[in-house]
Amino acid sequence: MNVAAPQSAVARRLYQAYMVAFFVYLAAPLIVAGLFAFNDSLFPSMPWRGWTLDWFFNDTEPMLGLFHDRRLLASIWTSVKVGVVVSLLSALVGTCNAFLFERHDFPGKRYLYILMIVPLVIPGVIMGIAILVFASLIANGVEDGLGFDLGMLRPGLPLVILGQFSFLTTITSLIIAARLKKFDIALEEAALNLGASRPRVLRTITLPYLAPAIVSAFIVAFLVSFENFNTTLMLVGSEAPLTITMYDRMAKVGSTPVLNAVSFVLMVGSALLALLSVFVQRRGD
Amino acid sequence: MNTAETRRLSLFLLFAPFLMWIGLLIVLPQLGILGVSLREKLGPQNYAIGFGNYADFLQEPIYWNTLLRTAVMSIIVTALALLMGFPIAYYIAKVASRRSRAGLFLLCLVPLWVSDLVRAFGWIILLRETGIVSVALQAAGMTDGPVELLYNDVTIVMGLVYTVVLFMIVPLVSTLDGMDDSLIEAGLNLGGNRFTVFRRIVVPYAMPGIVAGCIIVFMLAAGSYLTPVLLGGKNSMWFTEQIYNQFITRYNWEAGATFGMLLLAFTSVVVWIGLKATGQSLGSTVARH
Repeated sequence: MNVAAPQSAVARRLYQAYMVAFFVYLAAPLIVAGLFAFNDSLFPSMPWRGWTLDWFFNDTEPMLGLFHDRRLLASIWTSVKVGVVVSLLSALVGTCNAFLFERHDFPGKRYLYILMIVPLVIPGVIMGIAILVFASLIANGVEDGLGFDLGMLRPGLPLVILGQFSFLTTITSLIIAARLKKFDIALEEAALNLGASRPRVLRTITLPYLAPAIVSAFIVAFLVSFENFNTTLMLVGSEAPLTITMYDRMAKVGSTPVLNAVSFVLMVGSALLALLSVFVQRRGD
Repeated sequence: MNTAETRRLSLFLLFAPFLMWIGLLIVLPQLGILGVSLREKLGPQNYAIGFGNYADFLQEPIYWNTLLRTAVMSIIVTALALLMGFPIAYYIAKVASRRSRAGLFLLCLVPLWVSDLVRAFGWIILLRETGIVSVALQAAGMTDGPVELLYNDVTIVMGLVYTVVLFMIVPLVSTLDGMDDSLIEAGLNLGGNRFTVFRRIVVPYAMPGIVAGCIIVFMLAAGSYLTPVLLGGKNSMWFTEQIYNQFITRYNWEAGATFGMLLLAFTSVVVWIGLKATGQSLGSTVARH
């Protein structure tokens, strides 16, 4: 018998009903956001006017489908580019951090570890303005002192990448360090005793062991980067990632079902990536 | 090269990226906004150092009202997320059968990967005047005309709870998962009723998870932008919106930086109090998950 569960039948039923209600609450807005991509109407609202795929494939206004909407496609591509660069960078530095904190001892390690976690508890908007301000200070200093404009430190994709990288590295470090912690160091020692060099041990034993965690950190970083809004909002220039473009449409033009089509594609895409990440980690264990 | 030297070299090589990241992207930028917030504008290109921007903040009720409002609503959101999320986490970790456990947990994780924007958008479609809830209420004869359910405080709180509750559930599940059922059994055998067992055994055991969840949820709520702005409309009066307005709309970086520092100081104090009051540390809670 499960002692943790409520003992009376009525209480158990109530508990189950609450669980069902919660999952309905969880799913409702997502299902609705996806569903209205298929409504044959110019507005994502009731009444239901029948099924259509126009919001994906139609090539004429006013029902311009997602796959013909140049702006949306361009911003999706921007998000992909930013996501790949940010995830590569943060997986790389995250791996270094994992080795640094799991394998080495140095003075002040405890405090530096706390410092490493701190980016997780700084609101994204503040992360964004801090990097915006700091980059402008440097850019202005360079302009005043040396007389040329460092364009990459003005709002734009390089700053968006730096901004997302700044907090994603904490996440990737934690994911990779968690796996490195489980590594049996005797394996490395055995390889060293058998005459392998340090770099060779790293390449043939330690890194292959870490690979699932690195891949899964990369995927997590990509997903978070793709949906990031708060930090990106402060650093974005003329080339906008998807979340910013969608927000602009919602705030300025008013929502149209093409945004539902984007939502639908986003949900399917991120569900697949999340499943891939779970799968990679499972195989690693 | 001997081993000691190799170790020193590898330590150095690993330290360099860490220092560049933490120094150039975290510490110096935060000091940068602190500096700008202390910069008083006297005229074009003419600045003095002082607390003038902070004084301005205090003299303008709409500013500190917004900060207070954001704080109070974020605390309400945190409390609601805990109340709502705990039974869910408990069910997943303790009550559900082994087989359904993983499935339920996965169901909780999936919405985490969908952006706030899409979730808020879903709520807009549900709650707007021509939305599904309004139409359903009319069809059921509960109202005469269309009802607008957006753009009020209840909706903001509900939407925020929705976007953050999963960040409460995940740490709670992983803590409760480690609890042995025999602890509950022992409590019951020793004559405690279910409420006493819950209060004296389950809650203390889950404390690290509760604190971690509350910290993450509070930070996310206080720092959120999309949900309050989209569900609250023009009058959402959320503090991050003020920061955005000062920075981007008015180009008043001094005031914006001051607001940023105030939000950061405020959230840090709340987190610190939370950690102290429960005897936890940042490393033992947030970083565990």
